[in-house]
Amino acid sequence: MVDVLEPQTAAHDDHGHDEHHGPSGIMNWLTSTDHKVIGLNYTVTSIIMLVIGGAFAMIIRAQLTTPNGTVVTLAQYNELFTMHGSVMIYLFAGPFAFGGLANYMVPIQIGAPDMAFPRLNALSYWLYLTGSITMLLGFTVAGGAADFGWVGYAPLSDALNAPGAGADLWIGALLLTGFSAIFTGVNLVATIFYLRAPGMTMFRMPIFTWNMLVTGILILLAFPVLTAGLVMLYADRHFGTHIYDAHHGGVPILWQNIFWFWGHPEVYILALPFFGMVTEIIPVFSRKPLFGYKGMVFATITIAALSTGVWAHHMFTTGTVLLPFFSFMTYLISIPTGIKFFNWIGSMWGGQIKFTSAMLFAIGFLITFLIGGITGIILASPPLDFFTHDTYFVVAHFHSVVMALVIGGMAGIYYWFPKITGRFLNERIGKTQFWFLFLGSTLFVMPGYLLGLKGMPRRMAIYTLHPEWQHLNVASSIGAWMIGFSTVLFVINFLKTMRSPKTAGPNPWDAHTLEWFTTSPPPHHNFYALPNIRSERPTWDYYHPDAPALTHDDHDPSHMPGAAKGATK
Amino acid sequence: MKTEARLLLGLGVFVLIMGIVYGIWSKELSGTVMLIGTGILGIFPGLYYRFWSKRMAERPEDTDATVVAGAGLIGSFPGSSIWPFVLGMGCWLMVLALVFGSWLAVIAIPTITFALAGATAEGRRGGAASH
Repeated sequence: MVDVLEPQTAAHDDHGHDEHHGPSGIMNWLTSTDHKVIGLNYTVTSIIMLVIGGAFAMIIRAQLTTPNGTVVTLAQYNELFTMHGSVMIYLFAGPFAFGGLANYMVPIQIGAPDMAFPRLNALSYWLYLTGSITMLLGFTVAGGAADFGWVGYAPLSDALNAPGAGADLWIGALLLTGFSAIFTGVNLVATIFYLRAPGMTMFRMPIFTWNMLVTGILILLAFPVLTAGLVMLYADRHFGTHIYDAHHGGVPILWQNIFWFWGHPEVYILALPFFGMVTEIIPVFSRKPLFGYKGMVFATITIAALSTGVWAHHMFTTGTVLLPFFSFMTYLISIPTGIKFFNWIGSMWGGQIKFTSAMLFAIGFLITFLIGGITGIILASPPLDFFTHDTYFVVAHFHSVVMALVIGGMAGIYYWFPKITGRFLNERIGKTQFWFLFLGSTLFVMPGYLLGLKGMPRRMAIYTLHPEWQHLNVASSIGAWMIGFSTVLFVINFLKTMRSPKTAGPNPWDAHTLEWFTTSPPPHHNFYALPNIRSERPTWDYYHPDAPALTHDDHDPSHMPGAAKGATK
Repeated sequence: MKTEARLLLGLGVFVLIMGIVYGIWSKELSGTVMLIGTGILGIFPGLYYRFWSKRMAERPEDTDATVVAGAGLIGSFPGSSIWPFVLGMGCWLMVLALVFGSWLAVIAIPTITFALAGATAEGRRGGAASH
C-alpha cells in the first residue's frame, strides 16, 4: 500500500493494479471469500427472509381483522406467529446487520483488505443460508412447522407437546445459524483488533465499526449459551434426558433462563448495528462532526455490559426472579441509550440538515425507537409488567423496537447503496417509501398498546368474546399493510436503480469515514491507496484540509490532520 | 493493543462482579454460573492482550503512523475457495441427519472430512491469492 494523496476514481475499476480475476457467475457466488461478495449474499438473503417473514405478518394481520377470523386455522396460526418471529429475529435482523452491512463495511471503514478469516466468513454465510432453508423446511413436513412461539419455551417444545419434525428443524436451524453468528463474531473482533490501517487507532474508528466490535463481543458471549440450551432441548426430545422436564425432576424454567441470557443481549446484538448506521448518517447529512464521539463509544460498551444482567425482566411473572435486581439493571440500561439519543440530537443541532431519504429514515428510526424505548421503561417496572405481560402491549413494545431497526436498516441501505453499487437509489421513491414505512409502523404499533391495556393477549387467533377490539385491530392491520406496500416500493426502486448508470463517484455524500475514500464499488481488496488517518473523519480531512476535525486529546494545531497532510502534499 | 485489552478486561470484570453480587443476592444457580462464565470469557482474552501489549512495540494502527509504516505483507487472503461451501453443505447434512435419520450422517461425515482436508491443504499452499 502506498501513501495516498489522491482519492480513488472510477477509472481504477477497469485497470486496477490488483484487479481480481476470480471465477464469475454462480461459481463466484459459491466460492468467493471476498467480504463484499459475502456481505451482499448475506444482505440479499436476509432481505428475502424479511419478505418471507413479512408475508407471514400480512396473513396474521388479515386473520385479526375480524373477531372470528377464518383466513387460517388455529393450528396454522400457531405456526405462522412462531415462524414470523423466528424468521425475523434469527434470519433477518441479525444476519442483515452483522452478516450483511457489517461484513461489507467494517473492513473498508478500518482500511483492511478483507475480513481476518475470509474462508470462515464464507462458511458463516453457508451455515446461515442452510439454517434459513432448514427452518422453512418445517412447512413441508408432516405436522407442520414449529408452533411453540419463537422463544421455544419448555414444556411446549418438548417431544410430547411438539412431536413433529418441524420442531427439530427449528432446533437444527438455530444450531446452524448460531454457529454462523459465532463465526461472524470471531471474524469481526479479529478483523477490528488486527487489521486496522496505520493510524486507525481504536478511538478513530467509525462508530459503526465500534458498534460492530461490541456486537461481535456480545455474539461471542451470548450465542454459545443458546447453542448449549438447544443441544439440551434436543437431548430432552430424543436422548431421554429430562433437563427441562418437571415430571422427572427437570427444571422447565431453566430453558427460560438460558434462552433469555442469550435473548436479551440478542436485543442489543440486533440494535447496536442499527445504532451504528444512524450514527454514521446523522452527522453527514447535518454537515457536522458527530457530537460526543467518546460518549457514544462508552454508551455502546455500557449497553453491552449491562445487557448481560437484564435477561430475567422477560420472566417477571414466573415468580422465580429477583425482581429488584433485574428491574434496577433494566432502568440502568436506559441511561446509555439516553446518552445516544442526546448525542444524535446534538449532532443535528444547529447543522445544515439535508433531508435525503437516508436522513429521513434515520430520523424515523429515532422516533420509532424512542417509543419502543420508553414503553420498555414502563415494562421494566414489575407491577406494570404484571399487568401487561403477554398482552399486545408487549407485542407493540418490541414491534416499535424492531420496526425502528427496519427503518434504520433502510437508512443504511439508502446511505451505502451508492458505495456498494455506484448508483443512487431514486430519492422520490425513497421518500414515498419512508412515509409509508414510518406512518405504517406507527399505525401498526399504536393500537397494540391500547389493545394490550384493554387486556388482549398475544398469540390469539380469534377474539370472539371481545368484538370491541376489532376497530383497533383493523387499524393495526392497515398499518401492517402499509409497511408491506413500502417493501414493494423498495423492490421497485432497487430494480429501477440497477438499470441506471453508475454516477455516484467515490464520495457522493461528502462523508467522513474511510469507505468513502475508495471507488464505488470498491475494488478487490478495497483500496489502491489510503490517506493518513489522524481523526475519526479521515475522508473529510482529506477533502477539507481547511476544516479538519480536531483529535480528541490533542488540540495542538501542529498535530491537526490538515497540517500533517498539507505537509505531505 | 492496550485499548483492546482494557475493553475486554473492563467488560469481563464488570460482569464477574455483577455475577458475584447476583449470586449472593439471588442464590439462583443458572444465572450465577452464566454470569461468572461470561466474566471469565472476557477476562481470559483480556489478560492475553494485556500480556502482549506490555511486551511488544506499538503497532502502526495504535499510533499516529503514516500509511507507509504499515507497508508490507498484511496476511494471506484467499481470493476464492470452494471448501467453505463444501463444509457448509456437510454441516447442513449433519443437522438434517439429526432430524431425518442418521443415514444422512453417512454422507455428511465424509463431506465434512473431505472439506476440512481440502481447506487445510489449500491453507498450506497459501490460498488462491494473497495480499
